[in-house]
Formats: sequence, C-alpha cells, structure tokens
Amino acid sequence: MADAKNRPLSPHLQIYRPQLTSLLSVVHRGTGVVLGVGTLLLAWWLIAAAMGPAAFETVQWFNGSWIGRLVLLGFTFSLFYHLCNGIRHLFWDMGAGFEIKTVNLTGWLVLVASTGLTGLTWILGYAVRGGVL
Amino acid sequence: MSMETPLGRVRGLGSAKSGLIHWWHQRLTALALIPLMVWFAVSLIVIASGTYQEAVDWIKDPIVAGLMILMLAAGYYHLKLGMQVVIEDYVHTEWVKITSLVVMTFWCIGLALASIMSVVWIWLGG
Repeated sequence: MADAKNRPLSPHLQIYRPQLTSLLSVVHRGTGVVLGVGTLLLAWWLIAAAMGPAAFETVQWFNGSWIGRLVLLGFTFSLFYHLCNGIRHLFWDMGAGFEIKTVNLTGWLVLVASTGLTGLTWILGYAVRGGVL
Repeated sequence: MSMETPLGRVRGLGSAKSGLIHWWHQRLTALALIPLMVWFAVSLIVIASGTYQEAVDWIKDPIVAGLMILMLAAGYYHLKLGMQVVIEDYVHTEWVKITSLVVMTFWCIGLALASIMSVVWIWLGG
C-alpha cells in the first residue's frame, strides 16, 4: 500500500492543456451523457404512442415547441457526434489511426461529419413536412 | 513456504480480467448500434413530426418493431456500461458513487423496459 498514493492518474480536466484530441474526448463523454438524458424523451414518445392519441399529442406538442426543437437539435447532434466519434474509437480499438496527423485529421472529420449530418437531417425533416415540426 | 499473504502475492500482477467483459460488451453494442442508429435517424426524419396514426402504423410493422427492440436493448446496455465508467471516473465519494450507480442502473433498466413494452404493446395492436 506504500505506493498507493503515487499511482499514475488520468490527466485531470482542469490542469490539462486543451487540444483537439482531449476536447473531442470530453465531448464524446458529454454527448454520451446527453443521449442518456435524452432517452427520457424517446421513452416518453414510445409510451405515449402506446397510450393513445391524446398522450401522443402532448409529446408532439412538446417536440414542436421551441424548447422541444432545441432539445431535439442537441439530441440529433449528440447522436451523430457520438456515432461518428464512436466509429473513430472502434478503429483505435483495432490498433489503427494512432499517428498524431491521423488523429487530428479524423478528429476534424468527425466534427465536420456530425455537424453536416445534423444539418442534413433537419433540412430533410423540414423538407418532408414543410416545417410542421 | 512463503509468508506472503495471498493479497500481497497478487498485488501488481495486473487486473482480475473481469473488466474485459465490460470493455467487450461496450464494443459489441457499439458495433450493433451503428446500423441501428442510422436506421433510426433516417426513420425519424419522416416519422418524428408525423401524426399519431403514422407513428403507430410504422411501429406495427414487425421489422420496425424488431429493429426498435434491438436498438433499445443495445442502446440502454451501451448507456449503462458507458455511464458506469463516467461515474466511476468522476465521482469519488463512495456513497455518492454507489448511489449514482444504483440510480443510473435503475434508470436504464426502467426506461428500457417501459420503451420495449410500449413497442410490443403497439405491435400487438395497442
């Protein structure tokens, strides 16, 4: 137990110089937590659909309100970010893409892809419904 | 004969390997969730702002109901494993950590069950 206190620690958020790699890592966890809280909305939507038209109307009213749309926008971005960066993680797990150049490139790629997919989803969503939601 | 305690003998030899299952299941669910989430996101473009009848008709399709249940099961398991790591990394007060883990696990199991039961309910005809 003598060296228990000297065991290496993970870099601590407050003293770690922010870089693209660390920032994206933090955001990966953050979006994971956001998606976890967001499951409440998905569960509400499904339960309401099972309960009937009246309950469903309430969810759709919330989803259509400005705060609902803001929540859904955050949820959409979190979903795509976590998805894209998760694929990046799976490549690392296979031992690929660890060079600094590659890590930074795929990092930017994840940011562009998740922002682009979020935009595309919303544009298509509005196009399909003509902006009903 | 060594006078070392069993604990003293194993200390420093590495993990008990039980963490591997956690790691592996997180990757398995991640892999499964890639196509499932893409399918779900694309579906939501059409269905999210639809009427009650459209949503119910959509879920009644056995393929949709099946994919939905797979997505919910894999998703909530993935969420449970991920949140466990986040809590264990950042919450250091023992009782707060344990309480958070319990609440988080109940959250995942409860919402997963409620969501899957709703899908089955709709699928069987509401």
